[in-house]
Amino acid sequence: MGRNPVTWLGSPTFPSAARDALADTQLRGNLAHATGTIRTKRAAVVSELPDWERLRLAGEAIKDDVLANLDTHLIRLEAAVTARGGVVHWARDAAEANELVLGLVRDAGASEVVKVKSMATAEIGLNEALAAGGVSAVETDLAELIVQLGDDRPSHILVPAIHRNRAEIRDIFRAAMPGASPSLSDSPAELAEAARAHLRRKFLSAKVAISGANFAVADTGSVVVVESEGNGRMCLTLPRTLITVMGLEKVVPSWRDLEVFLQLLPRSSTAERMNPYTSVWSGVTPGDGPREFHLVLLDNGRTATLADKVGRQALRCIRCSACLNVCPVYERTGGQAYGSVYPGPIGAILTPQLGAGTDDPATASLLRSLPFASSLCGACYEVCPVRIDIPEVLVHLRSRTVEEKGPYTPEAVAMAAASWVMGSPARFHLAQRLLAPLRLLARRGRVRRLPWPASLWTDSRDVPAPPKETFSAWWRRTRGTPPNNASPGPRRRPRQAPTDAARGSRSRTGSPSSLLRRVRAMWLTEPAAGSGLRPGFLLGLLRRVRAMWLTGASPGSRLRPGSVSGLCRRVRVTWLNGASSGSRRGPLRVGSLSGLLRRVRALWVTTASPRARHRASLNDSFSGLRRRIRGRNRG
Amino acid sequence: MTTRVALMATCLTDTLYPDTARAVVRLLERLGCVVEFPDAQTCCGQMHYNTGYRRQATTLARRTAKAFAGHDAVVAPSGSCAGMVRDLYPGLHRSTVQVAGRTYELSEFLVDVLGVTDVGAYFPHRVTYHPTCHSLRMLGVVDKPLRLLRAVRGLDLVELPGDRECCGFGGTFALKNADTSTAMLADKMRNVLDTGARVVTAGDNSCLMHIGGGLSRLNTGVRTLHLAEILASTEEDPWVATR
Repeated sequence: MGRNPVTWLGSPTFPSAARDALADTQLRGNLAHATGTIRTKRAAVVSELPDWERLRLAGEAIKDDVLANLDTHLIRLEAAVTARGGVVHWARDAAEANELVLGLVRDAGASEVVKVKSMATAEIGLNEALAAGGVSAVETDLAELIVQLGDDRPSHILVPAIHRNRAEIRDIFRAAMPGASPSLSDSPAELAEAARAHLRRKFLSAKVAISGANFAVADTGSVVVVESEGNGRMCLTLPRTLITVMGLEKVVPSWRDLEVFLQLLPRSSTAERMNPYTSVWSGVTPGDGPREFHLVLLDNGRTATLADKVGRQALRCIRCSACLNVCPVYERTGGQAYGSVYPGPIGAILTPQLGAGTDDPATASLLRSLPFASSLCGACYEVCPVRIDIPEVLVHLRSRTVEEKGPYTPEAVAMAAASWVMGSPARFHLAQRLLAPLRLLARRGRVRRLPWPASLWTDSRDVPAPPKETFSAWWRRTRGTPPNNASPGPRRRPRQAPTDAARGSRSRTGSPSSLLRRVRAMWLTEPAAGSGLRPGFLLGLLRRVRAMWLTGASPGSRLRPGSVSGLCRRVRVTWLNGASSGSRRGPLRVGSLSGLLRRVRALWVTTASPRARHRASLNDSFSGLRRRIRGRNRG
Repeated sequence: MTTRVALMATCLTDTLYPDTARAVVRLLERLGCVVEFPDAQTCCGQMHYNTGYRRQATTLARRTAKAFAGHDAVVAPSGSCAGMVRDLYPGLHRSTVQVAGRTYELSEFLVDVLGVTDVGAYFPHRVTYHPTCHSLRMLGVVDKPLRLLRAVRGLDLVELPGDRECCGFGGTFALKNADTSTAMLADKMRNVLDTGARVVTAGDNSCLMHIGGGLSRLNTGVRTLHLAEILASTEEDPWVATR
């Protein structure tokens, strides 16, 4: 109870958690320093190997083979472990695994266990489950110990306390470590010595140790743990009972495969050529090490992930955390913002897949937000030792989120509108023209404030003012002749003389703001008698525009009914004629908005050549507006 | 033999940065290319694709592929749009496979296809170069823009510290995670200001819009300029932006 698998219950979505993390200056400083250091070191040790790219390819190929034949390898592993005196258990999910381990600890008669650093047990919340069952678990990895004593959450796969600096660690030790001296300083040697003394007592008294596994060799049933501090070696050799919880994708077929991973892993994770301690054990050995060995094979969403053709590559992960260290997002937000034991780029693709199908709405929104916590810069893919194309999976999971949310979110509607606009050059160029009035808001070539949602941009960044002429407009104007046309030079449609009324009104009203006032006035005017339109209602305005469109042309205006350019011209005439022209409009026909859209579309795709159509509508209808905007900007 | 080039202006550059596209035309024509601008082009669909709207992205990709059918070389002054076409189009639809192989980012086209690094440009300013993520990691243009810049007469090129780090744009990421995006931008701007350069250049106006939006908001006095506009500038005929 109290915890969901993979994520921490009640975690906010990524953008919201990131906001808090970004404001934490201590965290920002610690992370920038730590990730910067390890990034540089990793680059140096990787560049020493001439065959690094081939090692990555080999790592990818081995893991892909493991995933493709997972059933075979696991059954072979189970047989080999059993033959060497171990006991293999299978756990479908976190609850099952926790229950199993608690039972094994109770059978061993222990009330305290020592733990080797393990992502699998963190993923299932084993410590909390053991505590609920009356068993206290002692983390023996230094960074995990800092997190545990500080009643904190991990923020990195390899260095869970990366968000803490040594002054903070000293304070945590002084407050929470039994036997820590009150005069403990923040020198690394003194801090390490205090932890060493504390842990030594725990190693010597523990009856049960719990570990994870980096690899398990199916051929021989050998389990491998790779570590730096030696605490793992203590746990794996001293206690009477050893329980290992292992994600079922950690199996490798043979010893030969370890050769590849034992080169890839240390260089990618701690930026070392070789890690200080590599422990390997196969079942139990009489007279040496634990008397009892249990291997718990954990699914917890892995087989479901395996079913996803694109997403399954996340299961290649060897938990090196190279992607975290190079990620510009992780470097600034830290790991806790990801709401899961798996932070950073790998967490953004692993957590949503392992946790899929949660019935908690808050967790579901966290999981949906994670694939968007990336600028898709690709730095993670570049360093991944098993070549997980993280950007590809991120985009794939984004598509899944978009599908889940359906087509009626504001974002989906905006995206549909954008793709509709981009679906034809005419619509695109019209949209470009409609953007031009943004110049009115610009000062010195930039726009500083826009309403929501554009404010998400303008809160911290200016927007360039739209140019006087887009590139495509410039091209049409200066080189608009089709390549095979004999007559060179721009083709311009002769402009129509404005109607008398329009000519008269233009002198009265020069500025775009007066145009806007008129549109507004038209909207608010009482409608024609019997039309049933409410003033001030958007739909009413649309119906009026449609009615105008379907009506025959006004006398003297030479406008054709039913054409887009005619509509635009009529709208313009109405604008120029002032707000009281409602009576000139004919009877309104009732029809649906979608019908109108279909009609507009049909007109666009059937009549005239694109260029002529475009010219007709834009030059005539918008040139006045454009001229005025230009005049205003010059002034 | 003259090289015929279809310019993929990209929707952002067409709409907000026409100077860049004009500079590409001027530059390529100076190098003896015949530049065409297929007027059916709109948007490559990258924003839709990266935000998870794959179906709409596929529709846009198909119409882009159609718009550029029959052109031997398609050149885009954008690493991310060229990357979209070259890296991702082949996986979208069978009709979008073919255009991928004919599409180049501008600096690649200059160096790899035309085989020039000295384009005869003159630009007497202190400039720093930001390699955009997609040009760097999707297309692998690596040092091609730098080779082009080093050959520009009068140009004082200063190295940008932390140059390979993302500026924080990331398309809709800049809106969906605006705070994180701004934090990334702040570090990019700090690095830019540390160089003492008066101009930041890159091969992608989307990244430059982000970096430039921050630099102008803070009135830093540093301006952004697309690589094409620097390369288009000559001593006899200096490039003058129209706005």
